[in-house]
Order: sequence, then C-alpha cells, then structure tokens
Amino acid sequence: MYLFRLAMASLANRRFTAFLTAFAIALSVCLLLAVERVRTEARASFASTISGTDLIVGARSGSINLLLYSVFRIGNATNNIRWDSFEHFANDPHVKWAIPISLGDSHRGYRVMGTNESYFEHYQYGRKQNLELAQGRAFATDPFEVVLGAEVADALKYKLGDKLVLAHGVALVSLVKHDDKPFTVVGILKRTGTPVDRTLHISLGGMEAIHIDWHNGVPAQGAGRISADQARNMDLTPTAITAFMLGLNSKISTFAVQREINEFRGEPMLAILPGVALQELWSLMGTAEQALFVISLFVVLTGLIGMLTAILTSLNERRREMAILRSVGARPWHIASLLVLEAFALALAGVVSGLALLYVAIALARGYVQSNYGLFLPLSLPSEYEWTLLGGILVAALLMGTVPAWRAYRQSLADGLSIRL
Amino acid sequence: MTQALIELSDLSFSWPGHAPLLDIPAFALEPGETLFLKGPSGSGKTTLLGLLGGVQKPDRGSIRLLGQELTQLSAGARDRFRVDHTGYIFQQFNLLPFLSVRENVELPCHFSRVRAARATQRHGSVDQAAATLLAHLGLKDPELLGRRADSLSIGQQQRVAAARALIGQPELVIADEPTSALDADAREAFIRLLFAECREAGASLLFVSHDQSLAPLFDRNLSLSELNRAAVAPEV
Repeated sequence: MYLFRLAMASLANRRFTAFLTAFAIALSVCLLLAVERVRTEARASFASTISGTDLIVGARSGSINLLLYSVFRIGNATNNIRWDSFEHFANDPHVKWAIPISLGDSHRGYRVMGTNESYFEHYQYGRKQNLELAQGRAFATDPFEVVLGAEVADALKYKLGDKLVLAHGVALVSLVKHDDKPFTVVGILKRTGTPVDRTLHISLGGMEAIHIDWHNGVPAQGAGRISADQARNMDLTPTAITAFMLGLNSKISTFAVQREINEFRGEPMLAILPGVALQELWSLMGTAEQALFVISLFVVLTGLIGMLTAILTSLNERRREMAILRSVGARPWHIASLLVLEAFALALAGVVSGLALLYVAIALARGYVQSNYGLFLPLSLPSEYEWTLLGGILVAALLMGTVPAWRAYRQSLADGLSIRL
Repeated sequence: MTQALIELSDLSFSWPGHAPLLDIPAFALEPGETLFLKGPSGSGKTTLLGLLGGVQKPDRGSIRLLGQELTQLSAGARDRFRVDHTGYIFQQFNLLPFLSVRENVELPCHFSRVRAARATQRHGSVDQAAATLLAHLGLKDPELLGRRADSLSIGQQQRVAAARALIGQPELVIADEPTSALDADAREAFIRLLFAECREAGASLLFVSHDQSLAPLFDRNLSLSELNRAAVAPEV
C-alpha cells in the first residue's frame, strides 16, 4: 500500500506526462468501446429490422438484392410481379396475411412505399413489435393520403394536414414530379429505429393513381392527363407490385410455401426467409466490422506502447529517486513493483477516464446517431464482454510494466545507494 | 572490550575487468565513535560505502556490522540489515522532491520494522519521532513539515536528510560529503547538530569527505589512502 502511495506521488510529480499518457490510453479505450458498442448495436438493430415475417417474395433476382430493396429501401427491383400472382399466394390456405409492397417513387430523398392496411396490422420489427402511430391515423379510402415515418416527419418538419408532392423515381434530385396529385399527411408513425422511419407510406391505390396517366415512363400531355378527382373515381387496383411479405399460419409450412413460390409457373419469383438473408447480408458487412474492431485494438496497443515509452524514458531521470529509495531500505523488488504499479495506475486512470469519455460521447451523440443512422446507443453499464476487454487492457499494461520494472531492477542493483549526476 | 560496530579484515574489491580498487587489511569503528574518513574522489570511498551497505560484495575478506558477517547474508537480507541498522546522508538532492518533509523523514520506517518500532518506542509514534528530530535539527515550524521537500533551502534539506538518517536510531550513520553544498559557517553548525543527535541516539558516525577543515571536530580521523593498500599515488 505504501508502495502504491509512493508510485502515485512520483507520478503526480510528473503529472503532465502522466496526464498525457493516461489521456492517450483513455482515447484509445473510448474508441475501442465505442466501436464495440456501435458494432453490437448495429448488429442488433440490423437483425431486428424485420421480424414476424416468414417470407419475402419478389421478382427472381438475388436474395440480398430482394432484402435490400424490400426492407432497407436500398437499390431497386429488377422487375415487378403481377397483381394476380400476389392474389394467388395471398389466398393460399397456408398464408395468414400478406403485405403488398410497391416501390419506385420518392420524396426529397426518402423512399415512398405503396402498400395496404395489412402493413400497419401485420408488419413487425424488433421483438415482434407492431408499427404504432404517434399522431393521426393510417391512410383510408382516399388514395391521396400519406403516413410518414418518424424521421421523415422530423427531418422535413411535416405535421398532420400538410400537403406534399411525390417525385417520380428515387434519385435525390428528380426532374419529374407528380405535382398534379398532391398527398395529405394523415398519420405519423412512432420511431422504430428501422428503415420504416425513413419511408413515406401511401396506399396502393395512391401509387396507381399518380401513375394512371403515365405511359412508358413519362406522364401524358394535354388532353391525355387525368386529374386527381377523376382518378378518385377510377378503378385503382394495381396491375403490378414490387414485392410482398407473407405471414404463415404455421412455421412448418415455410419451406413448402417457399418452394411453391420459387416453382410458380405464372412468372419467375423468388421467396426468401428474412432471417437467413439478413445473416447473409451481415456476413458481408461483418468483415468491415471485424476490421474496425481490430484497428481499434491496435489503437489501444499504441496507447499502451506510448505509456511504455514514457515510463522507460523517465527511468534515466529517476535513477536518483531509485537510489534514494534504496538508501532508505527499498529493496530492488520494491523498485520493480513501483514501476509495475505505475504502469497499472496509468492504465487504470486511462480505462476509467476512457469509460467516462465514452459515456459523455454517447450522451452527446445518441440523439444525432438515432435520427441519422437509426442506431440506438444505450447508456448502459459495460457488458460482460466490455469488462473483459477492459480487464485485458489492464493485464496488458501490467505485463508491459514488467519491462521498465526489469530495467529499473537491474539499474538499481548496479547504481547502489548513491548516484552522482 | 566491546564489540566493534564495523570490522573489516583483509578486504579486497575490484570492479570486473579492473585492477583492485580496495585492499584494506583492517579497519574498525567503535560504537558511539565519530570518525572522519578523508578520501578524494576516485579513491574508492563510494565503493567502500557500497560494501558497508551490502550493495556490493567483496572479492574476499570479511565485513562485520554489529557482529554480523555481511558477506554471508543473501542480497535481500543485506538490504534489510542495512536499513535496520544504518542511516545515510548524501552530498545533496537527498530527498524525494515529491514527498513532504515529514514523509521524507519517515521513509526508512516504512521499509524497516525495526526502525519504526524503535521510533515508536522512544517518541510514541513515527510522526512524533519525525517532528522531534526535525525540531532538534532546527526545523521547528510545524508548517514546514507538510511542505514539499524541494521547496526547502539546501541547508534545510540536508537537515531533513539528517533527521531521516537518524529516525529509529540506527547504530550507524554514514555521511558522504553531506556538507559540500553548504557554506563554511553552515557546515560547522550542521556537523555540530549531527554530532549532538548521533550522541543522543547512541549512533556511530562515519563521515566521508575530502574537506580536511572539518577533521579536528571528530574523535578520530583517517585517510582512505593510508588504509587502502591498493591506493595509487594520492591525488593532488
């Protein structure tokens, strides 16, 4: 205990270098933990993007591509599927519910998704949570109603009753707008932390209505145009949709239905299990995530080597200190323990302030991260794994401390009691 | 006849690869005696002090301290024996600058149970022992005790070093040029204080210096070059 007091006093005497050393360790620890947290949360939020859905069905392409556009609103479908194919499977006796999805339009960079009321009823994310409305209601019979995801409403400052115009296509800057058929905001969803937050939801009828007078990808001109009111009175049943999601009565039939869809004679379609596709997608990104983790481990190592350097450099200046300690009875192993304690104290200070730094950073950044990346960073106590990491850092510091300790041990044996510098 | 405090016989020492530096046929220091040992730098006096402290081991011969043969003890035991029975005062920068005056004085008591016990026995507590010794050495101000050691003047620092050497009544105080940083007046005053305290504690004083002017104050004085058969021609 007295040795610890001596080590601390000696460190305090070199407080500036000690502070810098501990600060370098603190930064590296903070980085490591931040990467670890973001990684864990990203994985968790990724896996909980969609739940409760047994099959996602789209035109035949790759499973990751289908998952990306149907769930993450990234990329585009290669092909549509016919409405009667959807109806065929929606009415299959194995199927409990079906959600049609129609994509392709956007509003100021946010994707628009056409669907029907079963989406609000059956779509689930996270731990089988249903979507909930923060304000207003789901879209009803009028085709020109829109329900906003939380982030869309937040970022674009929309409130109930506002009118907005959708743009054709998904480019950030779109030249063609559906400005003859504006939509009214009737509902805003609660935040989910999933791509739903970044989506505008309209009915399939609405989706059909804005494209009703379009031919070959361009709007009709002059007399060919159909107004919003005219459209309201027309049959707005779509002829094609982009994809659909299925919930089955029994999980056991999942593979049978999947095979049935994949072998459907009407048109080429692909059914995927969302869990499996998510796994595949994550394994693609996992490499980058692993690399990030390894890099932050190396940053910690750099911090510790910085500490080692600082202690080793101080040894020469401290030969007198060691000699004085020897003359008042400190044995060489006391001197060695002093240095190990010093390394430990520096690392401990680094770890503790690194943790503090992490919590300050999370407290400051969580709102921004949540709204921009949909990642919820909890201010929770370190997990068991994080404690293991921190413990590992302290053990590494102790091991590194043995290097200067050994040198000081040798040095103090050679220097003896008096040293004239 | 009482047992000598230090007894060297037929002692020889050389650094590896060098000619013998020390070759001392016989030397003794009596309990309570103050001895002035004159030795110019390079004459091997630091090495001799290292041998007496058990930091180095002689090539041959015997070193007895309080009747204990140092050469027969392990390195750890020599370290313990040294702190239990010897106090050191060096040239200057004797103190750990980052500790308070009081903590500097009490240092040996943290490493030697014997000295902590003696200090407590005599003064009630280690703290009290430190305060009393410092007061005897002219550092009475209680505020001074809590100050950082390096905030004191050199003269004050040497007195703190003396208090540290004396705490817990070691039988031997070894002083290696403790006055070289002091001016002439302060030098003599310091020596007289040191004598008084050694006498009170019953300690012998081995005082090593090249400054002959202090020699008359001591019970006995010796020159290392007379003692040491390995000595080359004395330096000018």
